[in-house]
Amino acid sequence: MMNLLRLINGRNASAPVARERLQILLAHERGLRGQPDLLELLRAEILAVVSRHVAIDPEKVVVRMDRGKHVSTLEVDIEVPNGVQRSIAAVGA
Amino acid sequence: MAKVVVVTSGKGGVGKTTSTAALGAALAQMGESVVVVDFDVGLRNLDLILGAERRVVFDLINVVQGIAKLSQALIRDKRLENLWLLPASQTRDKDALTDDGVRKIIAELRTKFDWILCDSPAGIERGAMLAMRYADEAVIVTNPEVSSVRDSDRIIGMLDSKTVKAERGERVEKHVLITRYDSARASRGEMLSIDDILEILATPLLGIIPESQDVLRASNVGSPVTLNNAASAPARAYTDAVRRLMGESVTMTVPLERKGFMNRLLGRRAA
Repeated sequence: MMNLLRLINGRNASAPVARERLQILLAHERGLRGQPDLLELLRAEILAVVSRHVAIDPEKVVVRMDRGKHVSTLEVDIEVPNGVQRSIAAVGA
Repeated sequence: MAKVVVVTSGKGGVGKTTSTAALGAALAQMGESVVVVDFDVGLRNLDLILGAERRVVFDLINVVQGIAKLSQALIRDKRLENLWLLPASQTRDKDALTDDGVRKIIAELRTKFDWILCDSPAGIERGAMLAMRYADEAVIVTNPEVSSVRDSDRIIGMLDSKTVKAERGERVEKHVLITRYDSARASRGEMLSIDDILEILATPLLGIIPESQDVLRASNVGSPVTLNNAASAPARAYTDAVRRLMGESVTMTVPLERKGFMNRLLGRRAA
């Protein structure tokens, strides 16, 4: 669709891209207004659950979000050190 | 019945102060009594745009703190006798502005003027909050550019929740004023169109101010553009906007620059 518009309007027609980006972004921002940041909430709760079982370095946790028009993805990447997790789990138990 | 109008945007540099000066002057030119209030504590500029920078003795903070009376801080425009300025402080801490102090000043200004135009600082902090706090109406200054539209949307959300009117369950009447609009670029699809912006912000349009050299020229000499060159495209656009603010229905057009013969011949765009 965007390419088609670009074809019609000539190569410089970046306004349709701007409009679509804004519409997606603002739909999310309006939904989140006045509420705690969903991304931050998910990150904190997922980390709390994982750290009950494994010692994790907060610096080694990567959380990525990609907001799409119909679907968004949340990617949580936790680095678990080898060898130590069992002993920590044992202490926790 | 006095009207309190906040001129706001979220984003800086979109033309809040220029628009406050031009709208205030245009209202005064139509015979209304107007005060423009600079809420940008620490970075005042409305005095400079109005050409009153050498006449500031007392400011908003002085009045809030009881050091000066409101009548001592108000500066009358030299060209328009029914246009007044209440300058911001240049030196004071911005925390010196209090909700209670602003409430009292606005209440007093309501008894003296038809229109109270509050020039908001950029951002969403205390100063911007206080500038909109007691507003009846809001002019949201927006450039046809993604970051400006996003910030305007944020400000609209604040107008609907943080103002006294909103807290009472009433509505602040909101208007979008599009500035720095280049219709040639918009028609080529290089710039967000008016329809795009209005659809995204879902807020009625007050006016379209074209990108123009006249705006810079007016601020260079310290004169609102509606006074400095009343026939210029931006001046006509601001005057139309003011008519709409006063309740007249004026057909929405984008006033065009009158190009010189040579420019037209060479197909140059007015910068």
